[in-house]
Amino acid sequence: MRRGVSLAADDCPVSEAHDAADTFPKLLLEQARLRPDRPASREKDYGIWQSWSWAEVAAEVEALACGLSVMGFRRGDKLAIIGDNRPRLYWAIAAAQALGGIPVPVYQDSIAEELAFVLDHAEVRFAVAEDQEQVDKLIAVKERCPRLEKMVFSDPRGMRHYRQPFLCDYETLQARGGEFARSNLAFFRGEVAKGQGGDTAIILYTSGTTGRPKGVVLSYDNIITSAKNAIAFEGLTDREEVLAYLPMAWIGEHIFSYAQAFCAGFCASCPESPATVMGDLRELGPTYLFAPPRIFENILTQVMIRMEDAGWVKRWLFHYFLGIAKRVGLPVLDRRRVPVIDRVLYWLGNMLVYGPLKNTLGLSRVRVAYTAGEAIGPDLFNFYRSLGINLKQLYGMTESSVFLCIQKDGAVKPDTVGLPIEDVEIRIAEDGEVLFRSPGAFQCYYKNPEATAEAKRPDGWIHTGDSGFFDPDGQLKILDRARDVGRLEGGALFAPKFIENKLKFFPYIKEAVVFGDGRPFVAALVNIDLEAVGDWAERRNLAYGSYQELAAEDAVYDLIEGCIEQANRDLAAEPALAPSQIRRFLILHKELDADDGELTRTRKVRRRIIAARYQTLIDALYLGRSSGRIETDITFEDGRTGRLRAELAIRDVAMASLASAPLLLQEAS
Amino acid sequence: MRRIGEPVLIADRISLAFGGIVALSEVSVAIRRSEILAIIGPNGAGKTSMLNVINGFYHPHAGSITWKGVTRRRMRPYEAAAQGIARTFQNVALFKGMTTLDNIMTGRLLRMRRNFLWQAVYVGPAEREELAHRAHVERIIDFLEIEAIRKTPVGRLPYGMQKRVELARALAMEPELLLLDEPMAGMNVEEKEDMCRFILDVNDEFGTTIALIEHDMGVVMDISDRVIVLDYGRKIADGPPGEVRTSPDVIAAYLGEEAAPHSPTARVPSSSRNARSAGRGPG
Repeated sequence: MRRGVSLAADDCPVSEAHDAADTFPKLLLEQARLRPDRPASREKDYGIWQSWSWAEVAAEVEALACGLSVMGFRRGDKLAIIGDNRPRLYWAIAAAQALGGIPVPVYQDSIAEELAFVLDHAEVRFAVAEDQEQVDKLIAVKERCPRLEKMVFSDPRGMRHYRQPFLCDYETLQARGGEFARSNLAFFRGEVAKGQGGDTAIILYTSGTTGRPKGVVLSYDNIITSAKNAIAFEGLTDREEVLAYLPMAWIGEHIFSYAQAFCAGFCASCPESPATVMGDLRELGPTYLFAPPRIFENILTQVMIRMEDAGWVKRWLFHYFLGIAKRVGLPVLDRRRVPVIDRVLYWLGNMLVYGPLKNTLGLSRVRVAYTAGEAIGPDLFNFYRSLGINLKQLYGMTESSVFLCIQKDGAVKPDTVGLPIEDVEIRIAEDGEVLFRSPGAFQCYYKNPEATAEAKRPDGWIHTGDSGFFDPDGQLKILDRARDVGRLEGGALFAPKFIENKLKFFPYIKEAVVFGDGRPFVAALVNIDLEAVGDWAERRNLAYGSYQELAAEDAVYDLIEGCIEQANRDLAAEPALAPSQIRRFLILHKELDADDGELTRTRKVRRRIIAARYQTLIDALYLGRSSGRIETDITFEDGRTGRLRAELAIRDVAMASLASAPLLLQEAS
Repeated sequence: MRRIGEPVLIADRISLAFGGIVALSEVSVAIRRSEILAIIGPNGAGKTSMLNVINGFYHPHAGSITWKGVTRRRMRPYEAAAQGIARTFQNVALFKGMTTLDNIMTGRLLRMRRNFLWQAVYVGPAEREELAHRAHVERIIDFLEIEAIRKTPVGRLPYGMQKRVELARALAMEPELLLLDEPMAGMNVEEKEDMCRFILDVNDEFGTTIALIEHDMGVVMDISDRVIVLDYGRKIADGPPGEVRTSPDVIAAYLGEEAAPHSPTARVPSSSRNARSAGRGPG
């Protein structure tokens, strides 16, 4: 593998487990002492990357904490944080923690309903919001959250007519805090010193594929031990570059861009806006990258669309060398023996295709990349690895402060999640459920003793709700959510996510939900990818006015049918899964949407809710009808609702026999 | 907080004809400081002609224009631009092959002091000047939330985005009076809502006076402080939106009797806005 990053000899080692630094504010002060001039936070603003060193960040956090304190923030108070990734919002987390308060980050695209629930449930007194949009939401739900007292906003744009006494702008607050700090020099450090490792560090609300979100309470010890174990496992240093671009309310983002940055002393960079992430990624060239599978899917879709526009020479080169990569890329990355001729071809491919491609995507400096949050399609996974990107799977959840299993370099398999890391014990229950014990194990679900008792048993084992097993090498393999794995009427195994991931690898398919548990055959609801299919339609002079129109086109149905047939051929290659080939499908008239409760905020499918909403369509699929009628309520971004009616065609798909299965990628490209 | 002030631009009894066709006859318009003025009217009523007269593109046959206290018969477009009048066009007029950034930079051209030789050498004062202009452009990019398309050639952008870039270029001139010719034509509901918000924000943040032509009655009623209605080159109403909406002349001439649709322009129903406004489009 090519390592683009040079590790200078003077690289500081990861800070030793310092007994004193058992909370993030203490770690911040330690980093400010150890490496005051190294960058800690970075943000692209007005087109330029602006940096703050550790010493500057410590000063920012001190002023903010003092400001909050002047405003009335006390130990144990909760501070909600809502907005896109911004250094100021990360500092707000640290400021709340410094005062012995508890930060509660909220998904920035939450609709008012969800926001009200979290703020009320967490008993939030203070909130820090990015901009007017978020302030408007907070004001809208304020009545329902009687405990919410004060709101701080970072971006004053459009806020000049807001006269509410409970609003305060970030800079004023910081200025007040700075004044206070000058006359109370010991205050900040005194407050920081009061914090203990066993204290609650943060409450993160899990998006939850079922029911209401649950507030996962994590202590400093939980997060810091897990973060440090993973830093040691991968040998991360203070020279890593990460892009902080995933929702701040998500544990993954919190660990990679906040916890590990504070522990190892590296810099977290915030993109200019959500729309510029790809460009910013390229400029930054992160060495340490974390992304859920959907991001990798999106990138691949983009690449495939753009290659369609390339001239034939480039297209030919691209496809030829992708073929080479598919054949020899994995052995090369794992340092296994590869024939010389293949090595030469791969080297040539790297010069002509993989290198430039990785550079364009901003992946050429990546030393360690993780995908987690959901199972990744093996084809998708291997695609990136075959280009020489050290993409690995990671297993973990909010309740475990992420890290449970990580794949070791050189022992990466597409269908496992690796070995348990240090201090983590994993056991498979008799019913196949994965159980764990680790220092990262959460304290409890906030104000939800029943749920806590259900997941956290007296013997110390925590029930994950995932079903899995250990493969012969001792690597953990996750099948699906335990409750989702079922059987077809004939008794064959039915693992929906596995099939859905097969479908989602096609650039044209954005989302798929398959049904089959207790049914005679497997049927699928498909969401087309508007960008990819739109582009495809454009090439064929296919006119369409909206997503709904495009989704209903016969030609689009033909296209998707082709994809599904291909997936069926693939499924047929594995005897255990051959019966779960897809026999019927339809294309949904709208995209599955988190605002409608169909996906979680991290874009996982909420199977039961979808099954209930689209009951009439599912019935039509299984009753053999040629179309299904549907009426759905939809929620617009501003919270208004409307009704959408549609008559959707249903197609039958040819099932493959147990013949040889050709490669997936051919059709996909 | 913005305050609507004294008239900054007074067009007095303007008449304009093309051959035998009278585009404007004795139209008087006063645009007050910091207001949002909408000019509406059926197709061919003389709205765009009026804007063209204001920014000196057409010279009126009769009447005078007073801009910031100076009255003149004719003003050339570049004079208007130099004195703080910027505009956008009905059919986007950008440099298609240039990036968003470069297009907006052209809006700074009038404010560049160094000549092209200095700029070509790009040292000392020329460099400092360029950097200052670039910083200004970045503030506009930030303001209009077009960071993601900063380096995209404008020709590759969707129409709604091009309109936004055009607005950005006009703003780069730091205008006192901004003339917008159908800023929302051909946009979908979401794009229109964005554009409305930007227009209000510009007016609010910089106190820029804005005169706009718009066909979407919902938008007009929502964002403008005052509405002027033209019909066959004559001004038939002038007042706050509520008043204009109920004026019998306007209802007859513009919002239309069933039998005589003046404007065939297709209108995208704009969500709840239309329900609130009386005008549901002509015909």
